[in-house]
Amino acid sequence: MHETMIAESLLEAISVEAAKQNAKPVNARISCGTLNAINDEVLCFAFEAITKGTLCEGMKLEIEHKPMQGKCKNCNESFKVDLSCLRCSKCGSEDFKLLKDPPLLLEEIEFQTEQ
Amino acid sequence: MYKVNVGKKILIANEEYALKNSRLLTEQKKLCLNMISSPGSGKTTILARTINDLKDKIKIGVIEGDIQTDIDVERIRATKAPAVQINTDGACHLSAAQVSSALENLPLSDLDLIFIENVGNLVCPSAFELGETAKIAVLSVAEGDDKPAKYPSIFAKSKAMLINKIDLLGAGVQIDFDIERAKADARKLNKGIEIFPISAKTGEGLADWYDWLKREVKKLRL
Repeated sequence: MHETMIAESLLEAISVEAAKQNAKPVNARISCGTLNAINDEVLCFAFEAITKGTLCEGMKLEIEHKPMQGKCKNCNESFKVDLSCLRCSKCGSEDFKLLKDPPLLLEEIEFQTEQ
Repeated sequence: MYKVNVGKKILIANEEYALKNSRLLTEQKKLCLNMISSPGSGKTTILARTINDLKDKIKIGVIEGDIQTDIDVERIRATKAPAVQINTDGACHLSAAQVSSALENLPLSDLDLIFIENVGNLVCPSAFELGETAKIAVLSVAEGDDKPAKYPSIFAKSKAMLINKIDLLGAGVQIDFDIERAKADARKLNKGIEIFPISAKTGEGLADWYDWLKREVKKLRL
């Protein structure tokens, strides 16, 4: 459900860039960490609903999920954390530190070239 | 068609308000705890009892977040603690901007500790920084011991976790809640998390929670 506010902030961020480019945005690529708890379907639905009647209407969203990273305190390796199996993927130790989860980022926007 | 690299944080507007709140709280040396849980875990009961039991030791104010109604803020005001209600009108979490205006409406200089009671929801509130000193996850035994494993985000981000309603365990009620499992799952995600099994109804376990609050308030004053 928090996807609604994220969709609103995203519309705002894209609108700022579109005004700079003075062009119509058609695609956007965003990225998020696991702890942002983004459900793609819900975010796309919310984005579609709030962009009706705006310059962003009809835009496509591409959502990249960045894995959670851990640093093992036993073997000192960094590894991708699997939430269903909380142990170091290299040595199997359960003694690790969760690294900071990646933030929600607007990575890239694709604009239509003026005809 | 052409592409433009942006690389900007989507929630930057919220983060700016969170930073503003955090600066204000740090400057004034106030402890601010953002309480996050499912609906019905007992947050308001815990807060009302904490305020009453600590009234001679810690001055507490509350920011109440609810989708609708002022039922909770009235329960807090019955304790004589200053409290501000935020109605989110359907939104499932509080935003930093809402907390910013609520902080302006609290007598901050008279307080040691501000509790933010977030909207009852284990997922959404954990994604929005409010500028708080720390997050506290609240879980009640009736919800099941699998919650830390199923909702990792809030347990990974919290400084402490309260396991409420422990009076229901072994009270002739059939509740399969393994406190050790809930603790172990939370600690796998968050090694340093403080865990307090409590009953806000009977008072069991509250002494440790109060000692922790007193220590955290004292730390900020140093």
